[in-house]
Amino acid sequence: MSFDNAYESLIDHEDAHWAFGTGFTEALSGVDRAVPSTVDAQDLFAYCLMLGDDALVLAQRLAEWCSRAPELEEDVALANIALDLLGQARLLLTRAGEVEGTGRDEDALAFLRDEREFRNVHLAEIECGPFAGGDFATTVARLLVFSSWRLALFSRLRGSADPVLAAVAEKGVKELAYHRDHAAQWVVRLGDGTEESHRRMVAGVARVWPYVEELFTRHAVEARLPGVAVDPATLRSEVDGVLDAVFAAAGLTAPEPVPAARVNGRAGRDGVHTEAMGYLVAELQHLHRSLPGATW
Amino acid sequence: MTALEVASSVRDPELPVLTLADLGVLRDVTERDGKVLVTITPTYSGCPALEEMGADLRRSLRSAGFADVEVRTALSPAWSTDWISEAGLRKLREVGIAPPSRIGPRAVGPVPLNLVPPASRVVCPRCGSARTTEISRFGATACKALRRCADCAEPFEHVKEL
Repeated sequence: MSFDNAYESLIDHEDAHWAFGTGFTEALSGVDRAVPSTVDAQDLFAYCLMLGDDALVLAQRLAEWCSRAPELEEDVALANIALDLLGQARLLLTRAGEVEGTGRDEDALAFLRDEREFRNVHLAEIECGPFAGGDFATTVARLLVFSSWRLALFSRLRGSADPVLAAVAEKGVKELAYHRDHAAQWVVRLGDGTEESHRRMVAGVARVWPYVEELFTRHAVEARLPGVAVDPATLRSEVDGVLDAVFAAAGLTAPEPVPAARVNGRAGRDGVHTEAMGYLVAELQHLHRSLPGATW
Repeated sequence: MTALEVASSVRDPELPVLTLADLGVLRDVTERDGKVLVTITPTYSGCPALEEMGADLRRSLRSAGFADVEVRTALSPAWSTDWISEAGLRKLREVGIAPPSRIGPRAVGPVPLNLVPPASRVVCPRCGSARTTEISRFGATACKALRRCADCAEPFEHVKEL
Protein backbone atom coordinates (compact mmCIF):
# COMPACT_ATOMS: atom_id res chain seq x y z
CA MET A 1 0.00 0.00 0.00
CA SER A 2 1.40 3.39 -0.87
CA PHE A 3 0.49 6.77 0.56
CA ASP A 4 1.16 10.35 -0.49
CA ASN A 5 2.71 11.12 2.86
CA ALA A 6 3.92 9.08 5.78
CA TYR A 7 1.21 10.27 8.15
CA GLU A 8 -1.60 8.93 5.99
CA SER A 9 -0.46 5.41 6.66
CA LEU A 10 -0.98 6.03 10.37
CA ILE A 11 -4.62 7.05 10.09
CA ASP A 12 -5.88 5.02 7.16
CA HIS A 13 -7.21 2.08 9.11
CA GLU A 14 -10.56 0.45 8.75
CA ASP A 15 -11.04 -0.91 12.22
CA ALA A 16 -7.63 -0.69 13.82
CA HIS A 17 -7.25 1.82 16.61
CA TRP A 18 -3.86 1.64 18.18
CA ALA A 19 -4.81 2.46 21.73
CA PHE A 20 -7.99 0.54 22.44
CA GLY A 21 -10.51 -1.58 20.65
CA THR A 22 -8.08 -3.05 18.19
CA GLY A 23 -10.50 -5.45 16.59
CA PHE A 24 -8.65 -8.34 18.16
CA THR A 25 -11.77 -10.23 19.20
CA GLU A 26 -11.31 -12.69 16.37
CA ALA A 27 -7.93 -13.70 17.74
CA LEU A 28 -9.31 -16.98 18.94
CA SER A 29 -11.42 -17.76 15.90
CA GLY A 30 -9.23 -20.54 14.56
CA VAL A 31 -9.68 -22.85 17.53
CA ASP A 32 -12.64 -24.61 19.10
CA ARG A 33 -13.94 -22.12 21.64
CA ALA A 34 -16.61 -24.21 23.32
CA VAL A 35 -16.09 -24.55 27.07
CA PRO A 36 -15.37 -28.25 27.74
CA SER A 37 -18.49 -29.83 29.23
CA THR A 38 -16.77 -30.96 32.42
CA VAL A 39 -15.61 -27.44 33.24
CA ASP A 40 -17.26 -24.77 35.36
CA ALA A 41 -17.19 -21.58 33.29
CA GLN A 42 -16.52 -19.35 36.31
CA ASP A 43 -13.48 -21.42 37.27
CA LEU A 44 -12.15 -21.30 33.72
CA PHE A 45 -12.77 -17.52 33.69
CA ALA A 46 -10.77 -17.18 36.92
CA TYR A 47 -7.93 -19.34 35.60
CA CYS A 48 -7.64 -17.36 32.36
CA LEU A 49 -7.50 -14.17 34.45
CA MET A 50 -4.68 -15.58 36.58
CA LEU A 51 -2.49 -16.44 33.61
CA GLY A 52 -3.51 -13.31 31.70
CA ASP A 53 -2.88 -10.97 34.63
CA ASP A 54 0.58 -12.47 35.29
CA ALA A 55 1.53 -11.51 31.74
CA LEU A 56 -0.23 -8.13 31.66
CA VAL A 57 1.31 -6.94 34.94
CA LEU A 58 4.84 -8.07 34.13
CA ALA A 59 4.54 -6.49 30.66
CA GLN A 60 3.68 -3.21 32.39
CA ARG A 61 6.71 -3.56 34.69
CA LEU A 62 9.09 -4.38 31.84
CA ALA A 63 7.80 -1.46 29.77
CA GLU A 64 8.89 0.88 32.59
CA TRP A 65 12.47 0.14 31.52
CA CYS A 66 11.95 1.60 28.07
CA SER A 67 14.59 4.36 27.61
CA ARG A 68 16.10 3.52 31.04
CA ALA A 69 17.91 0.22 30.40
CA PRO A 70 21.73 0.03 30.66
CA GLU A 71 22.07 0.02 26.87
CA LEU A 72 19.89 0.65 23.84
CA GLU A 73 19.78 -3.02 22.83
CA GLU A 74 18.44 -3.88 26.26
CA ASP A 75 15.70 -1.26 25.95
CA VAL A 76 14.63 -3.04 22.80
CA ALA A 77 14.95 -6.51 24.30
CA LEU A 78 12.86 -5.74 27.40
CA ALA A 79 10.24 -3.97 25.27
CA ASN A 80 10.07 -6.98 22.94
CA ILE A 81 9.65 -9.36 25.87
CA ALA A 82 6.93 -7.08 27.26
CA LEU A 83 5.22 -7.14 23.87
CA ASP A 84 5.20 -10.95 23.78
CA LEU A 85 3.69 -11.03 27.27
CA LEU A 86 1.14 -8.39 26.34
CA GLY A 87 0.15 -10.52 23.36
CA GLN A 88 -0.32 -13.53 25.63
CA ALA A 89 -2.34 -11.38 28.05
CA ARG A 90 -4.64 -10.18 25.27
CA LEU A 91 -5.43 -13.72 24.17
CA LEU A 92 -6.02 -14.90 27.74
CA LEU A 93 -8.16 -11.91 28.73
CA THR A 94 -10.16 -12.25 25.51
CA ARG A 95 -10.78 -15.89 26.39
CA ALA A 96 -11.64 -14.93 30.00
CA GLY A 97 -14.23 -12.42 28.82
CA GLU A 98 -15.72 -14.84 26.35
CA VAL A 99 -16.02 -17.61 28.96
CA GLU A 100 -17.46 -15.22 31.57
CA GLY A 101 -20.25 -14.40 29.14
CA THR A 102 -21.21 -10.94 30.40
CA GLY A 103 -19.79 -9.06 27.44
CA ARG A 104 -16.50 -7.92 28.96
CA ASP A 105 -13.68 -7.85 26.40
CA GLU A 106 -9.91 -7.67 26.89
CA ASP A 107 -10.00 -3.89 27.32
CA ALA A 108 -12.77 -3.97 29.92
CA LEU A 109 -10.80 -6.57 31.88
CA ALA A 110 -7.46 -4.78 31.61
CA PHE A 111 -8.62 -1.21 32.16
CA LEU A 112 -11.80 -1.37 34.22
CA ARG A 113 -11.04 -3.79 37.03
CA ASP A 114 -9.87 -2.55 40.42
CA GLU A 115 -6.69 -3.71 42.11
CA ARG A 116 -8.43 -6.40 44.19
CA GLU A 117 -9.87 -8.00 41.05
CA PHE A 118 -6.42 -8.73 39.56
CA ARG A 119 -5.31 -12.33 40.01
CA ASN A 120 -1.58 -12.14 39.23
CA VAL A 121 1.16 -13.54 41.45
CA HIS A 122 3.10 -11.03 43.56
CA LEU A 123 6.34 -11.73 41.68
CA ALA A 124 4.93 -9.98 38.60
CA GLU A 125 3.97 -6.77 40.40
CA ILE A 126 6.84 -5.96 42.79
CA GLU A 127 9.08 -3.02 41.94
CA CYS A 128 12.36 -4.33 40.56
CA GLY A 129 13.43 -1.09 38.90
CA PRO A 130 14.10 1.18 37.14
CA PHE A 131 12.56 3.19 39.95
CA ALA A 132 13.40 3.26 43.65
CA GLY A 133 13.79 -0.13 45.28
CA GLY A 134 14.92 -1.80 42.10
CA ASP A 135 17.92 -2.43 39.97
CA PHE A 136 18.61 -3.96 36.57
CA ALA A 137 20.05 -7.05 38.26
CA THR A 138 16.84 -7.41 40.26
CA THR A 139 14.82 -7.15 37.06
CA VAL A 140 16.77 -9.95 35.37
CA ALA A 141 16.49 -12.06 38.54
CA ARG A 142 12.72 -11.65 38.43
CA LEU A 143 12.61 -12.33 34.68
CA LEU A 144 14.64 -15.51 35.12
CA VAL A 145 12.37 -16.87 37.86
CA PHE A 146 9.16 -15.78 36.14
CA SER A 147 10.01 -17.02 32.66
CA SER A 148 11.46 -20.34 33.94
CA TRP A 149 8.22 -20.92 35.86
CA ARG A 150 5.88 -19.79 33.10
CA LEU A 151 7.77 -21.81 30.48
CA ALA A 152 7.42 -24.98 32.59
CA LEU A 153 3.74 -24.15 33.13
CA PHE A 154 3.00 -23.45 29.45
CA SER A 155 4.89 -26.58 28.36
CA ARG A 156 2.32 -28.61 30.31
CA LEU A 157 -0.61 -26.36 29.41
CA ARG A 158 -0.14 -27.39 25.75
CA GLY A 159 -1.95 -30.57 26.77
CA SER A 160 -4.88 -28.73 28.40
CA ALA A 161 -8.40 -30.04 27.78
CA ASP A 162 -9.34 -26.44 26.95
CA PRO A 163 -8.33 -26.04 23.29
CA VAL A 164 -7.87 -22.28 23.63
CA LEU A 165 -5.46 -22.56 26.57
CA ALA A 166 -3.60 -25.30 24.69
CA ALA A 167 -3.24 -23.07 21.60
CA VAL A 168 -2.13 -20.01 23.61
CA ALA A 169 0.43 -22.18 25.41
CA GLU A 170 1.75 -23.75 22.19
CA LYS A 171 2.50 -20.28 20.88
CA GLY A 172 3.77 -18.91 24.18
CA VAL A 173 6.29 -21.69 24.83
CA LYS A 174 8.49 -20.57 21.93
CA GLU A 175 8.46 -16.96 23.14
CA LEU A 176 9.11 -17.82 26.78
CA ALA A 177 12.11 -19.96 25.82
CA TYR A 178 13.72 -16.81 24.37
CA HIS A 179 12.82 -14.78 27.47
CA ARG A 180 14.32 -17.36 29.81
CA ASP A 181 17.53 -17.65 27.79
CA HIS A 182 17.88 -13.87 27.71
CA ALA A 183 17.43 -13.55 31.48
CA ALA A 184 19.71 -16.54 32.19
CA GLN A 185 22.52 -15.11 30.09
CA TRP A 186 22.30 -11.79 31.96
CA VAL A 187 22.32 -13.54 35.34
CA VAL A 188 25.49 -15.41 34.34
CA ARG A 189 27.11 -12.25 32.94
CA LEU A 190 26.40 -10.24 36.09
CA GLY A 191 26.88 -13.01 38.65
CA ASP A 192 30.17 -14.07 37.09
CA GLY A 193 31.24 -10.50 36.24
CA THR A 194 32.82 -7.88 38.46
CA GLU A 195 32.70 -7.70 42.22
CA GLU A 196 30.06 -4.98 41.96
CA SER A 197 27.88 -6.81 39.42
CA HIS A 198 28.12 -9.99 41.52
CA ARG A 199 27.07 -8.12 44.64
CA ARG A 200 24.06 -6.62 42.87
CA MET A 201 23.07 -9.96 41.32
CA VAL A 202 23.14 -11.60 44.76
CA ALA A 203 21.00 -8.74 46.10
CA GLY A 204 18.61 -9.07 43.15
CA VAL A 205 18.04 -12.77 43.71
CA ALA A 206 17.52 -12.14 47.45
CA ARG A 207 14.96 -9.42 46.64
CA VAL A 208 12.76 -11.68 44.50
CA TRP A 209 13.18 -14.87 46.54
CA PRO A 210 10.30 -14.23 49.02
CA TYR A 211 7.92 -14.32 46.03
CA VAL A 212 8.98 -17.74 44.73
CA GLU A 213 6.88 -19.97 47.02
CA GLU A 214 3.60 -18.45 45.81
CA LEU A 215 4.38 -19.66 42.28
CA PHE A 216 4.17 -23.30 43.33
CA THR A 217 1.15 -23.04 45.64
CA ARG A 218 -1.93 -24.63 44.15
CA HIS A 219 -5.04 -22.45 44.26
CA ALA A 220 -8.57 -23.82 44.75
CA VAL A 221 -9.48 -22.77 41.20
CA GLU A 222 -6.59 -24.82 39.80
CA ALA A 223 -7.59 -27.77 41.95
CA ARG A 224 -11.13 -27.63 40.53
CA LEU A 225 -9.85 -27.75 36.92
CA PRO A 226 -8.04 -31.08 36.58
CA GLY A 227 -6.96 -31.70 33.01
CA VAL A 228 -7.51 -28.03 32.14
CA ALA A 229 -5.26 -26.21 34.61
CA VAL A 230 -1.70 -27.16 35.51
CA ASP A 231 -1.01 -27.94 39.16
CA PRO A 232 1.87 -25.51 39.85
CA ALA A 233 3.30 -27.79 42.55
CA THR A 234 4.29 -30.19 39.76
CA LEU A 235 6.56 -27.54 38.19
CA ARG A 236 8.89 -27.28 41.16
CA SER A 237 11.59 -29.77 40.28
CA GLU A 238 11.90 -28.63 36.67
CA VAL A 239 12.14 -24.96 37.65
CA ASP A 240 14.57 -25.66 40.50
CA GLY A 241 16.74 -27.61 38.06
CA VAL A 242 16.85 -24.69 35.64
CA LEU A 243 17.60 -22.12 38.35
CA ASP A 244 20.31 -24.32 39.87
CA ALA A 245 22.00 -24.67 36.47
CA VAL A 246 21.95 -20.89 35.94
CA PHE A 247 23.12 -20.12 39.46
CA ALA A 248 25.98 -22.64 39.19
CA ALA A 249 27.21 -20.99 35.97
CA ALA A 250 26.82 -17.54 37.56
CA GLY A 251 28.67 -18.35 40.79
CA LEU A 252 25.51 -17.84 42.85
CA THR A 253 23.68 -20.04 45.31
CA ALA A 254 19.92 -20.25 45.67
CA PRO A 255 18.82 -18.63 48.94
CA GLU A 256 16.93 -20.66 51.53
CA PRO A 257 13.19 -20.84 50.79
CA VAL A 258 11.16 -17.98 52.29
CA PRO A 259 7.52 -18.71 53.22
CA ALA A 260 5.09 -16.82 51.00
CA ALA A 261 3.54 -13.72 52.58
CA ARG A 262 -0.23 -14.18 52.89
CA VAL A 263 -3.11 -12.31 54.48
CA ASN A 264 -5.48 -14.81 56.12
CA GLY A 265 -4.05 -17.40 53.73
CA ARG A 266 -4.71 -15.26 50.68
CA ALA A 267 -2.28 -13.77 48.16
CA GLY A 268 -2.17 -12.56 44.55
CA ARG A 269 -4.39 -15.29 43.13
CA ASP A 270 -7.14 -14.10 45.53
CA GLY A 271 -6.68 -10.42 44.69
CA VAL A 272 -4.62 -9.61 47.80
CA HIS A 273 -1.61 -7.70 46.53
CA THR A 274 1.52 -5.94 47.72
CA GLU A 275 1.63 -2.19 48.27
CA ALA A 276 3.18 -1.69 44.81
CA MET A 277 0.12 -2.95 42.95
CA GLY A 278 -2.22 0.00 43.40
CA TYR A 279 0.29 2.40 41.83
CA LEU A 280 0.88 0.02 38.94
CA VAL A 281 -2.84 -0.35 38.22
CA ALA A 282 -3.32 3.43 38.43
CA GLU A 283 -0.67 4.03 35.80
CA LEU A 284 -1.91 1.20 33.60
CA GLN A 285 -5.51 2.40 33.63
CA HIS A 286 -5.28 6.15 33.98
CA LEU A 287 -5.65 7.10 30.32
CA HIS A 288 -8.54 4.77 29.62
CA ARG A 289 -10.42 5.78 32.76
CA SER A 290 -9.91 9.50 32.17
CA LEU A 291 -10.71 9.40 28.47
CA PRO A 292 -12.96 6.37 27.96
CA GLY A 293 -12.63 4.85 24.50
CA ALA A 294 -9.75 7.14 23.56
CA THR A 295 -8.13 6.38 20.21
CA TRP A 296 -5.25 7.93 18.36
CA MET B 1 -7.14 -13.12 -10.45
CA THR B 2 -8.53 -15.54 -7.91
CA ALA B 3 -8.93 -14.52 -4.28
CA LEU B 4 -6.02 -16.81 -3.41
CA GLU B 5 -3.77 -15.09 -5.95
CA VAL B 6 -4.72 -11.64 -4.64
CA ALA B 7 -4.23 -12.62 -0.99
CA SER B 8 -0.93 -14.34 -1.79
CA SER B 9 0.47 -11.16 -3.32
CA VAL B 10 -0.19 -8.94 -0.26
CA ARG B 11 3.09 -7.91 1.36
CA ASP B 12 4.13 -8.15 4.97
CA PRO B 13 4.03 -4.67 6.58
CA GLU B 14 7.27 -5.15 8.49
CA LEU B 15 9.22 -7.20 5.93
CA PRO B 16 7.76 -5.79 2.71
CA VAL B 17 10.18 -7.83 0.61
CA LEU B 18 8.05 -10.86 1.54
CA THR B 19 4.45 -11.59 0.70
CA LEU B 20 2.22 -12.99 3.41
CA ALA B 21 2.39 -16.28 1.52
CA ASP B 22 6.23 -16.22 1.52
CA LEU B 23 6.19 -15.60 5.26
CA GLY B 24 3.87 -18.54 5.85
CA VAL B 25 1.29 -16.55 7.81
CA LEU B 26 -1.38 -16.91 5.11
CA ARG B 27 -2.97 -20.18 6.12
CA ASP B 28 -6.10 -20.49 4.01
CA VAL B 29 -8.21 -18.65 1.45
CA THR B 30 -11.67 -19.98 0.59
CA GLU B 31 -14.24 -18.49 -1.72
CA ARG B 32 -17.87 -19.49 -1.38
CA ASP B 33 -21.03 -17.81 -2.68
CA GLY B 34 -19.13 -14.60 -3.39
CA LYS B 35 -17.69 -14.44 0.14
CA VAL B 36 -13.95 -14.70 0.73
CA LEU B 37 -12.67 -16.10 4.03
CA VAL B 38 -8.96 -15.54 4.68
CA THR B 39 -7.17 -17.16 7.62
CA ILE B 40 -3.87 -15.76 8.87
CA THR B 41 -1.73 -16.66 11.88
CA PRO B 42 0.42 -14.35 14.04
CA THR B 43 4.20 -14.77 14.04
CA TYR B 44 4.43 -13.79 17.74
CA SER B 45 1.51 -13.48 20.22
CA GLY B 46 1.98 -9.72 20.45
CA CYS B 47 2.78 -9.06 16.80
CA PRO B 48 1.38 -5.57 16.13
CA ALA B 49 1.53 -6.15 12.36
CA LEU B 50 -1.33 -8.62 12.50
CA GLU B 51 -4.00 -5.94 12.30
CA GLU B 52 -2.17 -4.24 9.44
CA MET B 53 -2.10 -7.54 7.58
CA GLY B 54 -5.86 -7.93 8.01
CA ALA B 55 -6.52 -4.38 6.80
CA ASP B 56 -4.19 -4.81 3.80
CA LEU B 57 -5.84 -8.10 2.86
CA ARG B 58 -9.33 -6.59 2.99
CA ARG B 59 -8.24 -3.56 1.00
CA SER B 60 -6.49 -5.58 -1.73
CA LEU B 61 -9.31 -8.07 -2.09
CA ARG B 62 -11.94 -5.33 -2.27
CA SER B 63 -10.06 -3.44 -4.93
CA ALA B 64 -9.78 -6.72 -6.88
CA GLY B 65 -13.58 -6.92 -6.85
CA PHE B 66 -14.26 -9.15 -3.85
CA ALA B 67 -16.84 -7.18 -1.89
CA ASP B 68 -17.44 -9.58 0.97
CA VAL B 69 -14.20 -10.37 2.79
CA GLU B 70 -13.63 -11.81 6.25
CA VAL B 71 -10.16 -12.18 7.77
CA ARG B 72 -9.77 -14.63 10.62
CA THR B 73 -6.82 -15.25 12.87
CA ALA B 74 -5.86 -18.81 13.76
CA LEU B 75 -3.51 -19.45 16.68
CA SER B 76 -3.00 -23.13 16.21
CA PRO B 77 -0.88 -24.67 14.84
CA ALA B 78 1.63 -22.05 15.98
CA TRP B 79 3.66 -20.31 13.28
CA SER B 80 7.23 -21.42 12.77
CA THR B 81 10.01 -19.88 10.71
CA ASP B 82 10.08 -23.27 8.96
CA TRP B 83 6.93 -22.05 7.18
CA ILE B 84 8.85 -19.30 5.35
CA SER B 85 9.10 -20.44 1.74
CA GLU B 86 12.39 -21.10 -0.06
CA ALA B 87 11.65 -18.02 -2.18
CA GLY B 88 11.10 -16.08 1.06
CA LEU B 89 14.50 -17.12 2.44
CA ARG B 90 16.16 -16.06 -0.81
CA LYS B 91 14.38 -12.67 -0.85
CA LEU B 92 15.46 -11.98 2.74
CA ARG B 93 19.08 -12.74 1.88
CA GLU B 94 18.90 -10.47 -1.16
CA VAL B 95 17.92 -7.45 0.95
CA GLY B 96 20.63 -8.09 3.53
CA ILE B 97 18.60 -9.91 6.18
CA ALA B 98 20.01 -13.28 7.25
CA PRO B 99 17.22 -15.85 6.96
CA PRO B 100 16.43 -18.34 9.74
CA SER B 101 17.85 -21.85 9.63
CA ARG B 102 15.41 -24.71 9.26
CA ILE B 103 14.56 -26.19 12.65
CA GLY B 104 12.73 -29.35 11.71
CA PRO B 105 10.53 -31.31 14.11
CA ARG B 106 10.93 -30.27 17.73
CA ALA B 107 11.74 -32.62 20.58
CA VAL B 108 8.95 -33.07 23.10
CA GLY B 109 9.51 -32.53 26.84
CA PRO B 110 11.19 -29.66 28.71
CA VAL B 111 12.73 -26.94 26.56
CA PRO B 112 16.53 -27.02 26.94
CA LEU B 113 18.19 -23.99 28.56
CA ASN B 114 20.83 -22.07 26.58
CA LEU B 115 23.31 -20.44 28.94
CA VAL B 116 25.41 -19.19 26.07
CA PRO B 117 24.02 -18.21 22.67
CA PRO B 118 23.90 -21.45 20.67
CA ALA B 119 26.66 -22.03 18.10
CA SER B 120 25.69 -19.96 15.13
CA ARG B 121 25.13 -21.10 11.60
CA VAL B 122 24.23 -17.56 10.56
CA VAL B 123 26.16 -16.39 7.53
CA CYS B 124 26.69 -12.69 6.77
CA PRO B 125 24.21 -11.80 4.02
CA ARG B 126 26.60 -9.21 2.59
CA CYS B 127 29.96 -10.99 2.33
CA GLY B 128 29.08 -14.62 3.06
CA SER B 129 31.42 -14.92 6.05
CA ALA B 130 30.46 -17.44 8.72
CA ARG B 131 32.25 -15.36 11.39
CA THR B 132 29.25 -13.50 12.80
CA THR B 133 28.25 -12.67 16.37
CA GLU B 134 25.00 -11.72 18.01
CA ILE B 135 24.81 -8.10 19.18
CA SER B 136 21.28 -8.31 20.50
CA ARG B 137 18.77 -11.14 20.68
CA PHE B 138 15.95 -8.67 20.07
CA GLY B 139 16.02 -6.34 17.09
CA ALA B 140 13.74 -3.73 15.55
CA THR B 141 10.87 -6.20 15.40
CA ALA B 142 10.04 -9.18 17.61
CA CYS B 143 11.07 -11.65 14.91
CA LYS B 144 14.59 -10.32 14.32
CA ALA B 145 17.92 -10.34 16.14
CA LEU B 146 20.83 -7.99 15.45
CA ARG B 147 24.21 -9.44 14.46
CA ARG B 148 27.57 -8.23 13.21
CA CYS B 149 30.02 -9.74 10.74
CA ALA B 150 33.62 -10.05 11.95
CA ASP B 151 34.99 -9.91 8.39
CA CYS B 152 33.15 -7.07 6.67
CA ALA B 153 32.29 -5.43 10.04
CA GLU B 154 28.75 -4.65 8.92
CA PRO B 155 25.83 -5.12 11.31
CA PHE B 156 22.85 -6.99 9.89
CA GLU B 157 19.48 -8.34 10.92
CA HIS B 158 18.67 -12.00 11.33
CA VAL B 159 15.20 -13.51 11.39
CA LYS B 160 15.33 -15.68 14.53
CA GLU B 161 14.40 -19.32 14.37
CA LEU B 162 11.03 -19.83 16.03
